[in-house]
Amino acid sequence: MAEETITIEVLRYLPENGAEPEFQSYDVPLRSDWVVLDALNHIKDHIDGTLSYRWSCRMGVCGSCGMMINGEPVLTCAAFLTKYAPGPIRVEPLAHFPVVRDLVTEVTDFVDKLKHVKPWVVREEDKPLEEGEFKQTPAELSDFKSYTMCINCMLCYSACPVYGLEPGFAGPAALALAQRYNLDNRDEGNDERMARLSNDEGIWSCTMVGECSEACPKDVDPAGAIQRYKLAGAAEWWKSFITRKGK
Amino acid sequence: MESKTGYTLHHPKWHRDAKPIFWWVKRWVYIGFIFRELTSVAVAYSAILMIILYRSVQSGPEAYAQMLECLSHPVMLVINVLALGAVLYHSITWFNLSPKAMVVRLGDWRVPDLMIAGGNYAGWFLISAVIAAAYILG
Repeated sequence: MAEETITIEVLRYLPENGAEPEFQSYDVPLRSDWVVLDALNHIKDHIDGTLSYRWSCRMGVCGSCGMMINGEPVLTCAAFLTKYAPGPIRVEPLAHFPVVRDLVTEVTDFVDKLKHVKPWVVREEDKPLEEGEFKQTPAELSDFKSYTMCINCMLCYSACPVYGLEPGFAGPAALALAQRYNLDNRDEGNDERMARLSNDEGIWSCTMVGECSEACPKDVDPAGAIQRYKLAGAAEWWKSFITRKGK
Repeated sequence: MESKTGYTLHHPKWHRDAKPIFWWVKRWVYIGFIFRELTSVAVAYSAILMIILYRSVQSGPEAYAQMLECLSHPVMLVINVLALGAVLYHSITWFNLSPKAMVVRLGDWRVPDLMIAGGNYAGWFLISAVIAAAYILG
């Protein structure tokens, strides 16, 4: 009996041809243990070696294989073919990012935004080693632990229409990571981050569509993080307003 | 020499998709979001209407009666019923989203999301009850 197959329609962009991207169809075996990434690897290995895409760990940790599947941003290593049967399955590069080739996007903008929010423990003065480690209770950790799960897969940027419309927006993952360090009791960079992010390209650009949290494969809830950040930003503004008035 | 392919060495020509003006009609979630944003117009309208109503009360019984007559016009009734629906939708969606922004801790206990949203509804009900009582009791 012939093996059951499913059609994968891949949006291909070949800059050397100078043409607009167009869909190319491939029939791949429909196996219950195959995810879309397996199908792409099958195409690359057995059907068309010119297909380009990024992947690495195959287990939802590296965040490299995010693509649009039937219009939704997902990790292709976690998207089983059977979920989309009988197909066809449309695979496109992550939305809102420039496309370098086929399914490979240019992500420098995201990396720059990530650096801008200083996603590391900022200290005003380094503590000498002999004073020992920084203490943190489980309750303090639980305050921001979910935000530490971000794998920088950028699915939230593809789900966010604000980022698509206003590319200057810092974006969900960067803001969630900023909040992750703001809430960390070892960090002292809150004021610096607030000065960088309490503006039109930071937290105040978010209109709370909420799709970033829906798309997140690690349940980080960037939408929640940004709303908490906004509340802190508003409180900060009132504090400075009252202090100014009081002077 | 200029390349026919239009890209420079080691820097291929990127493809950028422009976001179409009707990007939001593709998904129900986005349509719901746009609708929620548009309900802000109804909120602004309701606030302005309230100010005008207040001014008419200040201007005396004749002006107030004129205002009531204007509001009882069928077109105004339809507009105000639609505005009421939009304002209710606006309030409910934001009340339901409030636990996203507010994380309240009492000691080690984190107040559940349901209680935070419920607090908003309770406040809404209480204020409405006070206004209704003031109206009924004259």
